[in-house]
Amino acid sequence: MSYLIDNTEGAQYLLMGNEAIARGALEAGAKVVCGYPGTPSSDIIESLAKIAKDMNIYVEWSTNEKVAMEVAAAGSFAGLRSMCVMKQNGVNVASDFLLHLAGSGTRAGMVLVSCDDPGALSSANEGESRFFARLVEIPLLEPGDFQEAKDMIKWAFELSEEIRNLVMVRSVTRMSHASGNVKFGKLPPGDVHAVFKCDGFILDPMEGAVMSLPVRYKHALQQEKIKKAGEIFEDCPFNSYHGPEKPEVLIITSSACNLYSREAIGILGVEDRVGLLKLGTTWPLPPELLKRHLSRTDKILIVEEVLPFLEENVKILAAEMAPEIGIKTFHGKNDGTIPAVGELNPDLVVGALAQIVGIDYKPVPDEYAEKAEGVPTSRAPARELTFCPGCPHRASFWSIHNALQLDGRKGFVCGDIGCYGMATLPCGFSTLKTLHAMGSGGGIASGFGKLGRLGFDQPVLAVCGDSTFFHAEVPALINAVHHNSDFTLVVLDNSGTAMTGFQPHPGLKVSAMGEDVTSVDIAEICRALGARVEIRDPFDLGETQETLNELIEDKAGLKVLILRQICALSPEKKAGKKYDMTIDDEICLGENCGCNKVCTRIFRCPGLVWDKEKMVTRVDDVICSGCGVCADICPEGAIKRKEVA
Amino acid sequence: MASMQLAQDPYNIIITGVGGQGNVMASRVLANMLVRRGFNVTIGETFGASQRGGSVMSHLRVSATSSWSPQIPRGRVDVVIALEPTEGIRVLKDYGNPQVKILSNKRAIRPVGVIAGELDYPSMEEIRGSVQELASSAWFIDATDEAVKLGNPILGNIIMIGALSGLGVLPLEREDFKEAILRSIPRDKLDINLKAYDIGRQIIKQNEDSTGN
Repeated sequence: MSYLIDNTEGAQYLLMGNEAIARGALEAGAKVVCGYPGTPSSDIIESLAKIAKDMNIYVEWSTNEKVAMEVAAAGSFAGLRSMCVMKQNGVNVASDFLLHLAGSGTRAGMVLVSCDDPGALSSANEGESRFFARLVEIPLLEPGDFQEAKDMIKWAFELSEEIRNLVMVRSVTRMSHASGNVKFGKLPPGDVHAVFKCDGFILDPMEGAVMSLPVRYKHALQQEKIKKAGEIFEDCPFNSYHGPEKPEVLIITSSACNLYSREAIGILGVEDRVGLLKLGTTWPLPPELLKRHLSRTDKILIVEEVLPFLEENVKILAAEMAPEIGIKTFHGKNDGTIPAVGELNPDLVVGALAQIVGIDYKPVPDEYAEKAEGVPTSRAPARELTFCPGCPHRASFWSIHNALQLDGRKGFVCGDIGCYGMATLPCGFSTLKTLHAMGSGGGIASGFGKLGRLGFDQPVLAVCGDSTFFHAEVPALINAVHHNSDFTLVVLDNSGTAMTGFQPHPGLKVSAMGEDVTSVDIAEICRALGARVEIRDPFDLGETQETLNELIEDKAGLKVLILRQICALSPEKKAGKKYDMTIDDEICLGENCGCNKVCTRIFRCPGLVWDKEKMVTRVDDVICSGCGVCADICPEGAIKRKEVA
Repeated sequence: MASMQLAQDPYNIIITGVGGQGNVMASRVLANMLVRRGFNVTIGETFGASQRGGSVMSHLRVSATSSWSPQIPRGRVDVVIALEPTEGIRVLKDYGNPQVKILSNKRAIRPVGVIAGELDYPSMEEIRGSVQELASSAWFIDATDEAVKLGNPILGNIIMIGALSGLGVLPLEREDFKEAILRSIPRDKLDINLKAYDIGRQIIKQNEDSTGN
């Protein structure tokens, strides 16, 4: 039995922030939870999916974030507490529905969890989701430690029911993917009966139609709700102050930055000079609380990630209150005290605070710093990101690269987010030339494919993963077919949402909860759209490249090549090697090879190592996954594969 | 309640290595062992894209009182576990201090830049030299080789946890290891993991090939 459903009140576990959020949803009695995978948010749905049947809840990996929010909303409308979960850019995808939902209001408590990724540790952007709360006028909460990540979710559901609207909880990578001790509360009894009451007076919030119309009436109602949230926030248990009565400097912070700020104050030993106002409710800001704290000091440092959201909102309040609280000096993102981009850490906060309070801080004695500085960087050579050993993408991009080279007309590939985004790097032979949002490869290729009449004559390819195909690629393909745009889409089908940990998607026969479901066939969809469709195994380099060249030559509008091979990190692949790989030293010509070490210099699989002493390539058996592909790239045939018995 | 006084509060540990070496699992197991002893442990992990051949670090903060920042400040690590030797050097340069201890696996994982001939990988002598310059004590362990003998190189991470228990700087008990590891593995894998843990512990106890003082 999972520890997440331990019903012992006060039991203490080490939980990831995401698990704490999941536990919070359980303690709140959430019954419908959905999302779309995206680091750092995925573990929330994953941990709930595992116990969904035990807890009688419905958990779903939806096709995309907008659909996830719609499915969750149905739960709320039917009287069930519901939660939807996504990463920062997922909120952009969901935002059209979000705007309308915030206008219509909700019934049973509904919480949107967005896990942002400051510093883009696992993203193609460091987008901020917090502004959506202000934009669509819903309350925003940010947990400041792991215990709060659990407790706040439960509180968010209660708040949502109090104001009958969606509540947004924003986490960050260093909260979601960090772990800490969490004390459990009780799990509620699970009896529910879902029903959507809709036969009442049309404007009745609990029995009428759920909609944002009439707009002026509903918008005014919505603004009353957000105002009420602000009043509730005045006494919220997640806002706290530690420090002297009249601090020389007041730090205002939220989220993981709370932990950085607390540590920075300790490191500099300025507990008696600096106050820390940690806010759990960051939209709307509770004005009276802010007034009290701003009155006590003249200097304010705002510590947050990524954009100056808190900073701007505090400054607006401070301007309005200036006649009462006086003129303040603000430090933060806008004056450059805190870096404007990237994630923060305790050192950056120490640096900012040290500058304001006038302390010369050195993390280590000069002598040690010099020694550390003196160790040449070559002692720890840089690790460029690369595809895993045995990754189908390396083989796919090898063929794509070679097909485009053979074609010779400066063709290129448009892509999007996923492991294959690394094809912008040498590991993918630098083949990928545009990388934007989910499904953008197809949309951009659809545009390039129409530029022929304006003199454009480069072949255009797009790539997307199998999960991405369902998420956002289909509208771009319909656009391409409808407008007869000429390009080739390569679907890198590795049988799961691989980058985030093999979450199922509509192409598979099993759901998040492990139930049998109807799979939707990518090839059939593309054929139904009218595209020419081919399916190949990317590990067959010869056939893949030949097919690619044929499709690039074919001017019949949209062509689709599905390259099917399971991810090397899948449990199935990790269970055992298919081939034992060896190098025949007699055949390997080393540096004298006409190809100049194409295997290690260009193919760059981590499983192949250049032996400097013997001047030959060898296989690192610990790293090699035995996919066998490299045997086909050696022009001399020195790399041998033998099927594992 | 925490059953042993920590040398520092928080006591800071960095487990470093390369994606795929079982870094995250090692940090979870170690942290859960300490939670069982009554400590608050905060883990900060870098995973996601960095799993794909990149450096991976887990920061562990062990405290009798509270959660801490999931990122250890510069110069404040107490003990480093390097699943890959050059990764240990990378960590020492940023987080080391004159008192730091390090346990380093000897098995190299060459970055693609090295495989491609664009970068050099340092010799074991160079690695030892730099590590000893920056650490107060250092142990070099054939963790991956020992793990391969056990039948699976991934067990190198468990051998390194066993080795840490042998140092005696933290209250790490075999019984706690057993309970903690069972949260991550099926029961039929327990024996081999216990074996790996014991091997690591023995290596330190026998002070084999150690340069510790």
